[in-house]
Amino acid sequence: MFGNLIDKIQHLGVVTLGSFQRLGRAGVFLLEVIASCTDLLVKPTLLVKQMFSVGVQTLIIIVVAGLFVGMVMALQSYYALVDFGAEDSVGVMVSLSLLRELGPVVTALLFAGRAGSALTAEIGLMKATEQLSGMEMMAVNPMRRIVAPRFMAGVISMPLLATIFSAVGVLGAYVVAVQLLGLDSGAFWSQPQNKVDLYEDIYNGLIKSLVFGLIASWIAVFEGYDCIPTSEGLGQATTRTVVYSSLAILFMDFILTALMFSK
Amino acid sequence: MTSRKIEILVGLFVAAAIAAFFMLAMSVSNMSSYGGGDSYELKAKFDNIGGLKVRSPVAAGGVTIGRVTEIQYNSDSYEAVVSMSIEEQYNKFPVDTAASILTSGLLGEQFVGFDPGAEEDFLKNGDVIDLTQSALVLEQIIGQFLYSKADEEKE
Amino acid sequence: MSDILVKIRDLHFSRGNRKIFDGISLDIPRRGVTAIMGPSGTGKTTLLKLIGGQLRPDQGSIEVDGLNVHQLSTRKLFELRQRMGMLFQSGALLTDLSVFENVAYPLREHTKLSDAMIRHLVLLKLNAVGLRGAADLMPSELSGGMSRRVALARAIALDPMMIMYDEPFTGQDPISMGVLVSLISELNSALDICSIVVSHDVPDTLSISDHVHFISAGKIVESGSPETLQNSKSAWTHQFIHGDADGPVPFHYPANPILDDLYQEGK
Repeated sequence: MFGNLIDKIQHLGVVTLGSFQRLGRAGVFLLEVIASCTDLLVKPTLLVKQMFSVGVQTLIIIVVAGLFVGMVMALQSYYALVDFGAEDSVGVMVSLSLLRELGPVVTALLFAGRAGSALTAEIGLMKATEQLSGMEMMAVNPMRRIVAPRFMAGVISMPLLATIFSAVGVLGAYVVAVQLLGLDSGAFWSQPQNKVDLYEDIYNGLIKSLVFGLIASWIAVFEGYDCIPTSEGLGQATTRTVVYSSLAILFMDFILTALMFSK
Repeated sequence: MTSRKIEILVGLFVAAAIAAFFMLAMSVSNMSSYGGGDSYELKAKFDNIGGLKVRSPVAAGGVTIGRVTEIQYNSDSYEAVVSMSIEEQYNKFPVDTAASILTSGLLGEQFVGFDPGAEEDFLKNGDVIDLTQSALVLEQIIGQFLYSKADEEKE
Repeated sequence: MSDILVKIRDLHFSRGNRKIFDGISLDIPRRGVTAIMGPSGTGKTTLLKLIGGQLRPDQGSIEVDGLNVHQLSTRKLFELRQRMGMLFQSGALLTDLSVFENVAYPLREHTKLSDAMIRHLVLLKLNAVGLRGAADLMPSELSGGMSRRVALARAIALDPMMIMYDEPFTGQDPISMGVLVSLISELNSALDICSIVVSHDVPDTLSISDHVHFISAGKIVESGSPETLQNSKSAWTHQFIHGDADGPVPFHYPANPILDDLYQEGK
């Protein structure tokens, strides 16, 4: 009986050590990627191409999601506030929620699902078809050519997407609040103007989305680069990207919120 | 897709994000209260500032004319010292202007209200307002009310 | 300039618990086609990766053109790789670039030649492999054999001093096979370089090789010219060359005697 227990503990130890080893590899990988980004400052053509595939192509889902999230927020805020006679605060509630939380977090989750998994699949497929190996043998550094542009594109695109998400959300909320629910348009805009702070809310939201962009892009390119180069391994890698990115984003959101918004 | 088209679309993407940022900053935030022109500083001393916070508004006649920039406690005179930044265009407050801590609405936030006096000299940068009224603290009011009621009963 | 381009000395390499190379030493001459053959899984591809510096040996040294591959700085290693061409088993073309752009890639990366010059060079290289007309196709539109020929054109783009072929004949139909075989041989004589062919396809490889090394179970079993190997007295070599089902590499995977297995159920 004890033998079985000891086996299980040993297995747990192996798995834990393996996880730490993987984490360490991922950490070293991140440093390598950041070091490889220097080329992009001089010759940004690769970066632009990646920003298109990572940023522009995620735009549609972000805009649609932002619109609907804003509209739903307006409805829900209204229902919650109308009992207190405070329905004029819908503008404030929606703006603060979007700028501080929903904008950065929902954008990051959608990004991880759409762009993150695509990055992992792309890089993983290049690994499986020996394209990365081929590049190495042609004396071209795949870190600089393939990984770094994609990483940078993700980090830069995330705050841009989050801003668009929040703006579209506020506009959607405006339409619902003023046109549909008949709230006063002046109250909708003027209350946030007093309560929403440029530095505390908007800038902090941007910082959040930057951090999320770093995390999501890092996980996506690492999983692709580190995957087992078979079709099964690729599937596992893309799943891991989405799951780990989502969990990490939500975890960091908690940490950042506690740091930024505690009084 | 040609690289030219790609570059244009990426450029539009970045431009859209910047536009979104400005839209949010202008219409939804209090950006206008930052650095909107020149301002001068005034100080006022209060026994109790109640719920007044940094960046609370300073208003005269209901119109916001500035913001609270700093709140400190003077241990020698046992008073709270509030520093305020007033917009330059509102520089005609007489030296005997009174500053009170008021509440906007029933449950609203607290702000500093200026009540202009009658002197001919105006407050300048760095001046201290002498006439002040502290915030009303609910417990003190209830206490006062109960005591006055008790006095009335006695009589 | 010595006659030997690649010097491998006492090479040890393991993957996990498996010992892949157990003290191998061999020389690869500067000119001619050298074949490295052996059963599947003996690590022939691994050997090419070790020569190219993508893997590090546990022990031993590999020298290419007098330079110890694994002691070079990254920069020097990259410079050395520009003088080596490698043809991967799957071709490893970059899937988002056209055939023309794939062949042009090393030229664009490592030279400052004008577009016009690059165009001429690319078309000439493609012509050498017979695919000049396919310059505008995408890799997904090519057959397996054509992909390999394009990869070959790319491998010779920078006029390397050696080309490594990783299982070039695997899975090819007879015609593509014939094309590749003759291409490898003709290119080698035309460019007067060293070609290292890793394969387990006996007849085709032996037909174009000048020198053969036969590796099995992590050691060199035999080396020599194709004729020497065909007339070899070694049982290993004989089994491999003649394709015998049973010999030093056994037919049966190690197991209990069959009667034991059959009568196990009863007990």
